[in-house]
Amino acid sequence: MAELLRTHPLMAWSRAFERLPEPVGITVEPFVATADVRLASVGAAASEALGVDLPTVPNTWVPTGTGRAVWLGPDEWLLSSTTETPEQLEARIRAAVLPLGGSATDVSAQRIGLRLTGARVRDVLAKGCSIDLHPRVFARGSSAQTSLGQAGVVLMALSDAGDDYVVLVRSSFAGYLADWLLDAALEFTTTHDS
Amino acid sequence: MQLIECPWCGPREEVEFSYGGQAHVPYPDTPGELTDEEWARYVFFRDNTRGRFAERWHHSAGCRRWFNAIRDTATYRFERVYRLDEPRPVTP
Repeated sequence: MAELLRTHPLMAWSRAFERLPEPVGITVEPFVATADVRLASVGAAASEALGVDLPTVPNTWVPTGTGRAVWLGPDEWLLSSTTETPEQLEARIRAAVLPLGGSATDVSAQRIGLRLTGARVRDVLAKGCSIDLHPRVFARGSSAQTSLGQAGVVLMALSDAGDDYVVLVRSSFAGYLADWLLDAALEFTTTHDS
Repeated sequence: MQLIECPWCGPREEVEFSYGGQAHVPYPDTPGELTDEEWARYVFFRDNTRGRFAERWHHSAGCRRWFNAIRDTATYRFERVYRLDEPRPVTP
């Protein structure tokens, strides 16, 4: 019987990403365990049970040590972990929030991450995203759920210089968004290496 | 493109939102006793105001929360947005 191996939806794009020049770098983030958390109210009890202060300011994210906690709504967060399996993360989060009336669902397969780094990535993003990404208003710790090239994404700023972002996109939209990003980055690539 | 102010996310492009019809339409107090005509009035009949109109909107491409807005149906101008748990603001 054939062995089922998980292949990355952007495997076919890796060569194209590698050829991009440094100012518009795109790298595929490794798979991470991700859980969607619903919790009506956060407080000391939730922070203690989860081991992280869930961000309550809209459109922000915080590092959690082994992952990230992203604000998705006033009662909804996205927690990721690079060290746990999806089952472990879901079980741990569920055990933590269930006594508080919350819920946790494994959504690891829902989204994949793209890391955008370089001095011109903000110009690339601006071609299909209406959010003001200037570091003055979208500094490290900012996040936004919005549309990028008409695909729904979660954007996160990783630096205060406006040159480091993570884009979370639904797996089924990843190929489309990769094509879109490569096209948007075209003007920053030099002709001789295309 | 017009910006709509989400009570959670702030101003976002209009395409991120979807329309939810008239706001403040209360569910019947005694649903078991309603006649077909009363049900039809509750389900299908809405005001068709020219001017300020309280509406439900959904930030579907963003935080996916419902909120209410006072919009002028003649000018399409959003005059006020407010959360579902806030009372309808008094507009002049």
